[in-house]
Amino acid sequence: MAVKRGRGVAAVNYPTGMNLGGDPTQALVHSTPTGSFMVTLSSVDLGQGLKQIMAQICAETIGVPTESVTVDTADTDTGPHCMGTFASRGTHRAGNAVIQAAREARQVMLEVAAEELEVNASDLDTDGSGNIHVKGAPSRSISIFDTALAAHFKHGRSISGRGMFLVPRSYPETETGAMKPSTCYAHACTVAEVEVDEETGEVVVLSVKNVFEIGRALNPKMVEQQLIGGSWMGISHALYETTEPYYPDREHGARDYNEYLMPGPGDLAETEIAVLERPSGDGPFGAKGPGEMCANPQIPAVANAIFDAVGVRVDTLPITPERVLRALRQRDAGATA
Amino acid sequence: MKLSKNYFADERTDDFTEIGQPRPRSDIRGHVTGRTAYFADRTFPGLLHLKMVRSPHHHARIRGIDTSEAEKHPGVARIITAKDVPQNLYTILILIHVGPEDEHVLAEDKVRWKGEAVVAVLAETARAAEEAAAKVKVDYEVLPAVLSIEDALKPDAPIVNEHHGRNYYLYDSGECRKVRFGDVEKGFAQADHILEESYSSGPIEHAPLETSGCIVTPEANGRFTCYTNTQAMFFTLDNASIILQMPGHKLHMVGGTVGGGFGGKVDVTIEPVAILAAKLTGRPVSFIYSREEEMQVSSPRAAERIVIKDGVMKDGRIVARQVTAYIDAGAYSRHSPYGAQKSAAHFPGPYTISNVAIDSYCVYTNRTPSSAMRGFGVTIGDFALEVQTDKLARLIGMDPLEFRFINAYRDGDMKAHRQPTEGAALIECMQEASVIAGWPVSERFMKMSSRTREG
Repeated sequence: MAVKRGRGVAAVNYPTGMNLGGDPTQALVHSTPTGSFMVTLSSVDLGQGLKQIMAQICAETIGVPTESVTVDTADTDTGPHCMGTFASRGTHRAGNAVIQAAREARQVMLEVAAEELEVNASDLDTDGSGNIHVKGAPSRSISIFDTALAAHFKHGRSISGRGMFLVPRSYPETETGAMKPSTCYAHACTVAEVEVDEETGEVVVLSVKNVFEIGRALNPKMVEQQLIGGSWMGISHALYETTEPYYPDREHGARDYNEYLMPGPGDLAETEIAVLERPSGDGPFGAKGPGEMCANPQIPAVANAIFDAVGVRVDTLPITPERVLRALRQRDAGATA
Repeated sequence: MKLSKNYFADERTDDFTEIGQPRPRSDIRGHVTGRTAYFADRTFPGLLHLKMVRSPHHHARIRGIDTSEAEKHPGVARIITAKDVPQNLYTILILIHVGPEDEHVLAEDKVRWKGEAVVAVLAETARAAEEAAAKVKVDYEVLPAVLSIEDALKPDAPIVNEHHGRNYYLYDSGECRKVRFGDVEKGFAQADHILEESYSSGPIEHAPLETSGCIVTPEANGRFTCYTNTQAMFFTLDNASIILQMPGHKLHMVGGTVGGGFGGKVDVTIEPVAILAAKLTGRPVSFIYSREEEMQVSSPRAAERIVIKDGVMKDGRIVARQVTAYIDAGAYSRHSPYGAQKSAAHFPGPYTISNVAIDSYCVYTNRTPSSAMRGFGVTIGDFALEVQTDKLARLIGMDPLEFRFINAYRDGDMKAHRQPTEGAALIECMQEASVIAGWPVSERFMKMSSRTREG
């Protein structure tokens, strides 16, 4: 009996947005009298940082600093319809809606600035830090603060825009299953290294090295947080979690965190992340949805690493010490038979 | 984290000022200092607490409900049963025309899983509500239960849900969502090896820090404000509007600060009955799942059974793949017919295989209804696909990573569901993994590209 090491690999892809589309999201954008911008949505921030990403998308599109954008969301009295935050759709669907709304608002803003500067709107650009200037002549400029004031009090114009994004729904052909499930796919490859104790069946994940291709990392730090969290969830799914450990037996169901097994801080593997960007054709700045995918490849990678270590397959999740031990005993019984 | 900018550099411009910047999220200080307000942090004078009487049986007929003792319990304000719910029969996805309606807000004639909501008790304190709930007497006639996918599909199995009339969801394609591409039997006939293996999983809990719940206040203007941690504001509003037969303008959902949501908060099992309670009592109502309810009552990730049969050549090409997937929906549809359909779209995985046959079943059992959870329809499928892929590589004595390069899909390849592959990047992910994990592969694979079939 000994502790054996092994490593395993898995590679996956994942569709962005609701399967078969048909899942709309809308956004509204408007400026305040002094040139701050408000994004109004009904999308939900689950803690993954949707509000921050929408602010950055709006800021980039209008050409203002992110801190001048406020996101008001998840209130059905003010926010236009969003299908919801699930299916790796938040960034992709809401992001596209915000871009469309922000473009419309930017156009009005430039038109007002053009009147103030007595030039054509098409000759204007933003500097990203709160000013609008004539292209090639940075000294001929007006601040967005003054532009918004002029729009409100002088020109009677609303610097605002409406945005809507909808992937048309696809209906599967009944006999062949011909369909369009998604417009873009994220990708991942994980290599996991494990140690398996042949005496106890216990598996320790030593490291996971994850590569994710996500279209565009709109905010790399927040991407990193989500990918690390997802990676830990994948390990947790692989080795620990179930509400009914002896499914289909309904006994032994966990009722709290004392009974529901999950890895604690000491059980977490060394985690390495690399991110590739192949911009999607229809994503906001090329972004895809990695939210769900990032918890998937670790599960088979860990299972394959266990086989590499001790030569047994556990094809039922979660891969508990009990299941590993039973498989090892079967292996040894087979060897001596 | 390493941003590997050398891949696909010619497909990007990186000239942004806000995009790509690692800015701190706007709400992080509130989260880490405990100042962020969640829905349950609100207090209202006269707040009532809702506790649910739940079925102790997997499957039973309700012969009678006696609430007389519970009503006398000190602090009880109101007891709600099925007859109080205007449109008690519902299903979430009816909004996008995925029926039939198959679930009751509060059980009427039968319970179909252990934990099903039967009677709602409202009281001045959570403790009084819980004590009164224990005094509700429900007379059950226990019925035979179906607890596994295998039992559900037996010809003589008891029917779990009469609204379906059979223990699987009926798609327009029949008993399962089907994908057919090429000729899978011909593929098996030409294969050097055939490998058929089965995979399975148990239900999995979302495990959010914040359990599902809401607080509803009746407003002076006749509207109801619902402070909720739903993941989908209008899903909740629109379904509540149908269930309560109340025009949408009477409802105001406020949310957006959620203590973890992995799909479990896309169901609408909480808000409609809480709004009804606020309407019937004229008082604010709080309905928040206990941790036990979150773990055993709220929808888990479905248990699944997946059978994969592959034909593979000695040179590493997978020439045929047949997948039969069974998703355990539990007693009601919720999002499971959608999940099973998504699995059919996902198989055979990110590989180009010329002969594919897929059957994905959504199966009903007398279990806690499963529903949406991070990657459902795909996550367990990927476990099965990628373990199977590893087995195939070892079967023909090939390095598992190199085996994946041989089969990886590339731009222009036709997928089994008849969409040409676009924007593929599996090969590049594997190349980078080879580098960072120190898992060398042949030079041939390091030169491959997702953008061309050459090499």
